[in-house]
Amino acid sequence: MDPGVFMARYIAQRLLLLPLLLFIFSIFAFVIIQAPPGDFLTAYIAELSASGSSMDQAQIEALRRLYGLDQPLHIQYLRWVGRILRGDLGFSLDWQRPNAELISERLLLTVLLGLFTFTFTWALAIPIGILSATRQYSFLDYFFTVFNYIGVATPTFMTALVLMWLAFKYLGISVTGLFSAEYVDAPWSWGRVVDLLKHIWLPAVILGMDGTARLARVMRANLLDELHKPYVEMARAKGLSEWRLVLKYPVRLALNPLVSTIGWYLPLLFSGSVIVATVLNLPTIGPMLLRALTNQDMFLAGAIVLIYCALAILGTLISDILLAWLDPRIRMEGS
Amino acid sequence: MSTPDPAPAHRPPTPRTSSTLPQEAEAFYVAPNWKLVWWRFKRHRLALVSAVLLGFIALVALVPDFFSTQDPHASSKTESFIPVQRLHLFDQGRFRPFVYGVVGQRNPRTLRMEWVIDPEVKIPVRFFARGYEYKILGLIPFDRHLIGVEFPGDEGKIHLLGTDRLGRDQWSRLMHGTQVSLSIGLVAVFLSIFLGILMGGISGYYGGVVDLVIQRLIEILQSLPPIPIWMALTAAMPRDWSVEQVYFAITVILSLIGWTTLGREVRGRFLSLREEDFVVAARLSGCSEMRIIFRHMLPAFMSHIIAASTLAIPVMIINETFLSFLGLGLRPPAISWGVLLQEAQNLQSIALAPWLLLPGLAVIVTVLALNILGDGLRDAADPYR
Repeated sequence: MDPGVFMARYIAQRLLLLPLLLFIFSIFAFVIIQAPPGDFLTAYIAELSASGSSMDQAQIEALRRLYGLDQPLHIQYLRWVGRILRGDLGFSLDWQRPNAELISERLLLTVLLGLFTFTFTWALAIPIGILSATRQYSFLDYFFTVFNYIGVATPTFMTALVLMWLAFKYLGISVTGLFSAEYVDAPWSWGRVVDLLKHIWLPAVILGMDGTARLARVMRANLLDELHKPYVEMARAKGLSEWRLVLKYPVRLALNPLVSTIGWYLPLLFSGSVIVATVLNLPTIGPMLLRALTNQDMFLAGAIVLIYCALAILGTLISDILLAWLDPRIRMEGS
Repeated sequence: MSTPDPAPAHRPPTPRTSSTLPQEAEAFYVAPNWKLVWWRFKRHRLALVSAVLLGFIALVALVPDFFSTQDPHASSKTESFIPVQRLHLFDQGRFRPFVYGVVGQRNPRTLRMEWVIDPEVKIPVRFFARGYEYKILGLIPFDRHLIGVEFPGDEGKIHLLGTDRLGRDQWSRLMHGTQVSLSIGLVAVFLSIFLGILMGGISGYYGGVVDLVIQRLIEILQSLPPIPIWMALTAAMPRDWSVEQVYFAITVILSLIGWTTLGREVRGRFLSLREEDFVVAARLSGCSEMRIIFRHMLPAFMSHIIAASTLAIPVMIINETFLSFLGLGLRPPAISWGVLLQEAQNLQSIALAPWLLLPGLAVIVTVLALNILGDGLRDAADPYR
């Protein structure tokens, strides 16, 4: 059969799983919305009366009916899912704006930051991995080993805090945010993109540090496994130059396990940026989730968690497809 | 695969004879599993150093009060943001530990109290000094501390890591934070091990539909984005819960996703061991299922479980730290590394008092040591390779 057909069938199989996963994750998100004691309306009413204003009973009842709070849980769930399928993520009582609007404003930057970090991580990790494997036990190898341990052991927010402090102390600048003051609320323009690029690299470096360390480690181990195989010896005996040899055969094979890490690494970049984004005050959905959770704005929190889940599924999907494209053995398995 | 290295690193030269095995080689063949693991582990110097370091950290976690200089909860509005008073061991070439005193001046513009080190005043420091009273492990009353001043009183207060916003001594708080953060990591990992061995064992032992269901469950849990889920779950804890309740809830929440990695590990080991000759032999000689599992299979992969768990502890510690850092995990008056770092959450505080970042070093060192130890154990776990 034509390899293209295998590929198409494989992707179709994966896509069929999506609705099931989304269904399961939507239950998770709904549980999260329901988790705090009392419903969010009670919290909202309490907050209103604390600030002096109040709602009359009819208004409260209307809101209750609107959100179906008088219905049993499974009906509430079905209504919630129904609204989401129609693109209605609910209304944020905290921000007094529709959730869909709030999230879509920040989603692009969240994904951009993730992809940017991802590219940067791979661009660094693969050469480092290759260098440490081909020069095992050299100074470089030890240097990167130390870097790896420290990179993994340092919580991302610590790196962010320390860099923020150093930049403030020695350069006198504040490195928070993704835009300069004049571009924060400006519409997209060429200048704004350039401004974004000027700011995004620091959070990307901070976010990508432990990922770079881990991936370089995986790459090194994979490559070391390959380097001692007979086919490498054979190619060497045939007189292939060392660099061409390494890059053409063992590196290609060693990349496969690395591609399978995209499945967990990409989602981790999207959702793991919560902490760094909070410290550096980035306009992504992470700090919004934190605020929503602290203020018990549960429908917004639930919507964001669901978005994160969708991004996670997307990451896994990308990695599955890439892997099948790279490695024919996986394609064949499915048929 | 290469032939096994038959002995520990230092081996006295013994003449080989053709009829008998050299003593060491014989020792190698009859040595129990744990001894082989130990021999191999011993060769990993860095892991040994880490183990010793972690021993000290564990000691701090056991009796944090002994290592503290002051009551970690005692706040004093007049002593906020005192900088680090470094411990000097030698005074003019002689061993006489001391710290320099601090003097406070009110900044005329900001009206904030600002402290500077005063090189004129030397506060002598003593080891095993008397200080505030506490109970070792909550049982034995004691009042000695590792470091203290000769004459306790307002004059002689020392702040080895400075003080925070409320004038609380950071050093003492760090010692108590060690207890909480380390134990949360341990407890969460124990819960994960329990769940992991239970589910992984069931999955690997029974196979079939049970295996399929558990494997799908693990896959779903692993494809959940962990950080938002943890944040949401911890945020759902009622505000009026006591420190102990929050503590326990966090360990449960962390291990809810944490067990999946261990579960997979256990299942994989079970699957490969099930086909091993010694298990088949045990079954043929009429051992009960329980005996096969606990007497024959479990010891064979125990070292792997220990190594995997050691590597899981630092993950738990970092996760607890960031949850508390975001204000979703442990809440004051509880003290953990994350709670301490919460004080350094924004640029204003760290610009004013950079020493608030120092507890982060404790996190890095501990996690580093645990990772190195875990790697050493993992390499040693398979002594026949």
